[in-house]
Order: sequence, then C-alpha cells, then structure tokens
Amino acid sequence: MKELSLNILDIAQNSVSAGAKNVTVSLNEDEKGILTLSILDDGKGMSPEMVRTVTDPFCTTRTTRKVGMGIPLLKMASEQAGGSLSIVSVSRETDPEHCGTAVTATFDTNSIDFTPLGDVVDSMVVLIQGHPEIDYLFLHTTPNGEVRLDTKELRAVLGEEISLGEFEILAWIRDSLEEQYQALKK
Amino acid sequence: MKTLAELEAIREKMRGKVAVREASDNTTRIVVGMATCGIAAGARPVLNTIVEEVSKMGLSETVTVTQTGCIGLCQYEPIVEVYQTGKDKVTYVKMDSEKAKKVLEEHIKGGKVVSDYTIKL
Repeated sequence: MKELSLNILDIAQNSVSAGAKNVTVSLNEDEKGILTLSILDDGKGMSPEMVRTVTDPFCTTRTTRKVGMGIPLLKMASEQAGGSLSIVSVSRETDPEHCGTAVTATFDTNSIDFTPLGDVVDSMVVLIQGHPEIDYLFLHTTPNGEVRLDTKELRAVLGEEISLGEFEILAWIRDSLEEQYQALKK
Repeated sequence: MKTLAELEAIREKMRGKVAVREASDNTTRIVVGMATCGIAAGARPVLNTIVEEVSKMGLSETVTVTQTGCIGLCQYEPIVEVYQTGKDKVTYVKMDSEKAKKVLEEHIKGGKVVSDYTIKL
C-alpha cells in the first residue's frame, strides 16, 4: 500500500464485515515521533485460533480466492518502520456482550521505511460512504492538538431520514476534518 | 470551522430532495470493488470521484454508488460495475479518476458504453 491511510481503510472494512455497529479509528503521535494506530470494533470477534493465523497471508474469509492480505500488509508496514502489530479479540461465542476486535500497530515515523500516512480524510469519507449506518469515531491526537469526528453527534443532528452517506453530508465531513488538520499546522 | 449548526441547515435543505429521490426509481447502480486488492490498486480516488461527480452532474436522483468486496479479478482492479434495469451488467477494469469521469459522462449520462475500458466475462 502506498499510504498508511489505505491500510486503515482496508482494515476497517474487516470491522464492517464482522458486523460492527461502532468502529473507532485512532491515531496517536507522540513527541518522539511514535505513531500508534488502533482500529477497534464491536463486531463478532475472532476465536483465539483465528487471531493466531490472521497475520498469515494464506488466511482469509473471502470466498473468491484463498489469499487474504489485509493484516499481513499492515504488519509489514509496521515492522519495517520499527514497530509491531497486535490483535486482541473476543468472539461473540465467548462473550456476546463484549465481543469485538482491536488491531493496534505502531510505527516510528522517523524511520526511512515509514509509509506516509497519506490522505486519512479520504479514507474516513470512503468508510462512511460505504456503510453510513455504522457509527465511527475518528480521533487523531498529535503534540499540536487533535482532529476528531464522531458520527453519533452528526446523526443526532440529522435524525433518521438523512443518511450520512448523502453527498452533502460527506462533503461537510471532509471539510470539517480538513479544517481541523489545517488548524494543526498553524 | 464547520459547525453542527451548518449541518442542521444542510439537513433542512435536503429534506425535500430525499423525499423526491425515494419516490423516483433508482435505475442505475454503480459498484466499486473496495477489498484489499481494489484499495491497493487505487480504488479510493475512483470511488470518491464517482461519488462527487454523480452529485455535481445532478445524477443523484437516479444513480446510487455502492462499494463491494473482492470481485475475483484482482489483476484488473480498480473495477467498476454498472447495473442498469433491463440491461446487461457492464464491467469496467483498470479504472482511474479520469476514466471514471468519462464513463459517467458518456455511459451513465449519454447511454453509450465506453467499450475501451470494459472487459467481457
């Protein structure tokens, strides 16, 4: 993947497939340049065996072919930038009240092999467009401040009849996130 | 800064529009492959261009844009499929934003399939 934001989009699709109602995408950059990415969902989760094998490129749930690359690609991006990837998951069978998956990857942004974050705003807009019924919390914290989007707040304003997937709403979301990123640069 | 009050204004403006759309038949469905293969090949800008252009061209009353998983032709990604009532599915391969704009203009608006970008299955 050319941008880390594409990995984010890709991994968050797994949360969608797991039937999540809430997905949290968080990015945290500290003063030393360590970036921590986590994607959390309340989907059906995975069994311990599945968690063990999911970093293997030959593990996939897709039915069109037998190779899945999402997690292995993120793991590679993280490890080549001096970080690591971890997955914690509770399956619905184990605990239907608290099931879900958390994928966390760390990166040293000073590493020459760090994949640039790229257009994370674009990825969030695509995620919401694809599944406007899911609630997303996006949080990017940096030493200069934070960028935040909580679709629950938007939904409270929009009510039932206007979907988050409407072009005008997606445009508002894009502008809102971009303005917040601009403010960080000042 | 974008405010929730602004969002409220958008909501008021859109109420009528959404009702009109629900009354009309959606005759065209554009589907973009957004699995790992599609994303890695450049599907994200293609999807965003289509969503944006459909709205700009005033097609949102008859066209819906959706995402799908792996279509099974990873080497041809980004793939865009067009479904229209009463017509055969059209599969566009190796798409980019410029090609997507041309497809919207000539096929979706003009009714003529852009055969340079299609694949026969």
